[in-house]
Amino acid sequence: MAAISREEVAHLARLSRIEMTPDELDHLASEMQLILGAVARVQEVAAADIPPTSHALPMTNVFREDVTKPSLSPEDALSGAPAREEDRFKVPQILGDAE
Amino acid sequence: MALNYDQAVSKYEPTLGLEVHVELNTNSKMFCSCSTVFGAEPNTQTCPVCLGMPGALPVVNAKAIESSILIGLALNCSIAPYSRFARKNYFYPDMPKNFQTSQYDEPICVDGYLDVEIETDEGPKTFRVDIERVHMEEDTGKSLHVGGATGRIHGAEYSLLDYNRAGIPLVEIVTRIVPGTGKYAPAVARAYVTELRDILRSLGVSDVKMEQGSLRCDANVSLAPIGSGKLGTRSETKNVNSLRSVERAVAGEIVRQANRLEAGERIVQETRHFLEESGETRPGRSKETAEDYRYFPEPDLVPVAPDAKWIEELRATLPEKPSTRRKRLQEAWGVSDNEMASMVNAELLDTVEATIALGAEPARARGWWLGEISRLANEKEVHPTSLITAEQVAEVIALIANGELTDKLARGVVEGVIAGEGSPREVIDKRGLKVVSDDGALMTAIEAAIAAQPDTAERIRGGNIPAAGALIGAVMKATGGQADAAKVRELLLKHLGQG
Ligand SMILES: [Zn+2]
Repeated sequence: MAAISREEVAHLARLSRIEMTPDELDHLASEMQLILGAVARVQEVAAADIPPTSHALPMTNVFREDVTKPSLSPEDALSGAPAREEDRFKVPQILGDAE
Repeated sequence: MALNYDQAVSKYEPTLGLEVHVELNTNSKMFCSCSTVFGAEPNTQTCPVCLGMPGALPVVNAKAIESSILIGLALNCSIAPYSRFARKNYFYPDMPKNFQTSQYDEPICVDGYLDVEIETDEGPKTFRVDIERVHMEEDTGKSLHVGGATGRIHGAEYSLLDYNRAGIPLVEIVTRIVPGTGKYAPAVARAYVTELRDILRSLGVSDVKMEQGSLRCDANVSLAPIGSGKLGTRSETKNVNSLRSVERAVAGEIVRQANRLEAGERIVQETRHFLEESGETRPGRSKETAEDYRYFPEPDLVPVAPDAKWIEELRATLPEKPSTRRKRLQEAWGVSDNEMASMVNAELLDTVEATIALGAEPARARGWWLGEISRLANEKEVHPTSLITAEQVAEVIALIANGELTDKLARGVVEGVIAGEGSPREVIDKRGLKVVSDDGALMTAIEAAIAAQPDTAERIRGGNIPAAGALIGAVMKATGGQADAAKVRELLLKHLGQG
């Protein structure tokens, strides 16, 4: 079973933009270890005749026709936005690249 | 001393890699039914799916799959019998879901190639660009950076997001490294993107407008000392938004990297941005490694498994390859390489072809579109096809061919059509641009000219044919340039016993 280290939890926290104290990291590292252990039990029933899959259902090709439907109004789209300006979502300064 | 381009490529061997993103021209988005129309008011084309609301479920657009398969087939790829979507996780406000739905280890098309021809010192040469993969993903929202001096992200106080573009189907076409181009690397890069754009346009799957961002190119460049057999560290240049910029960006990177290597410095693997004004690149954010995106299979979308029958049906609809078509048209029209290239570069090949299909003689169709109409379009800074249609030009050319218009009058007609005065016929009527072809009217003018210059007429009667020019000129002037000079000459010489 794959182990998860304290450093990996810190790395994930950074990628997820979640600030964590050293205590929280210690706590979460061991907790995540337990969760992974529980999930890993699935592998115990995985025999050689069961192919690995990412989906529970044996389904493929679920498509929709290329037809448009009405979208939300900007009012509705922005109704949950913490801040807005000129019908756009307003977000704090981004450090990175413009696209 | 800084190396220039020629010095750089005489010491270092460049290796290219190109990633092209193309926005498909479907009516609706990749995973939801929002419209994809360009230029709509901000946030008028969004829904719970493309805004990443909790619980919203994506459904794949069948047309986008079809377009992706067509692209793969046109690029000689194998179509994967089974491919999956994956989540590419990152925190950045251009994707409100905090992940981009993409494809990772199971793209829809793999292992293709595109042959491109460029002009070398030894004549035309073909380079094969191997395609590693073609995969499907979705476009991101558009950020507007407010505050700071340049509207750029650095120094901005905050950013404003419009998610109309988020979720528009995007196809990424990734080449393998292209070795052995030597000093022609910039030309090969440009030729590849040009040929790819032409193919995508011929397939009808995208608007392929680089200036609107529906076709975007990232150019990877690395250098190694010639003959070393090694591969250098590459940089990835983004923000390359025209064919000319593709060429300039690759050349610029070759010079920059060569000078770093000369100075004993290392090349850093990084993303760089192309600066249109200077042709140089500046560093962008340092690249997150592949693991940092924590790709995993998209649980909300089932795999795509196109059956062989569907693939073969699509293969049967593939249009003629643009390069093959160009060769065919060039032969049919009997035009030189240069003339062909100028039509292609002016993006007038389709239009000239349409004009010829309407009955115009090839030389005349080409001449009008590349000459007068392009000149007027340049003045107005628009594309010639926005001024006048192939039908209208073909009509004008037909009127020249049957003698109803002279070239000079035809220019007036074209001008009138462009000025919005109506169809060629209407302009002719309104401006009174008809050729004076009535023999009686011409004879009156000829007799008047002879009466005014009896000495000249006498010389012509005596066999001095070149002297006729003066009288023809007088007739043309008298008819306001609306006479057919050849016809005037014929009537004049006949009248003076020289016909
Ligand atoms: Zn939507």
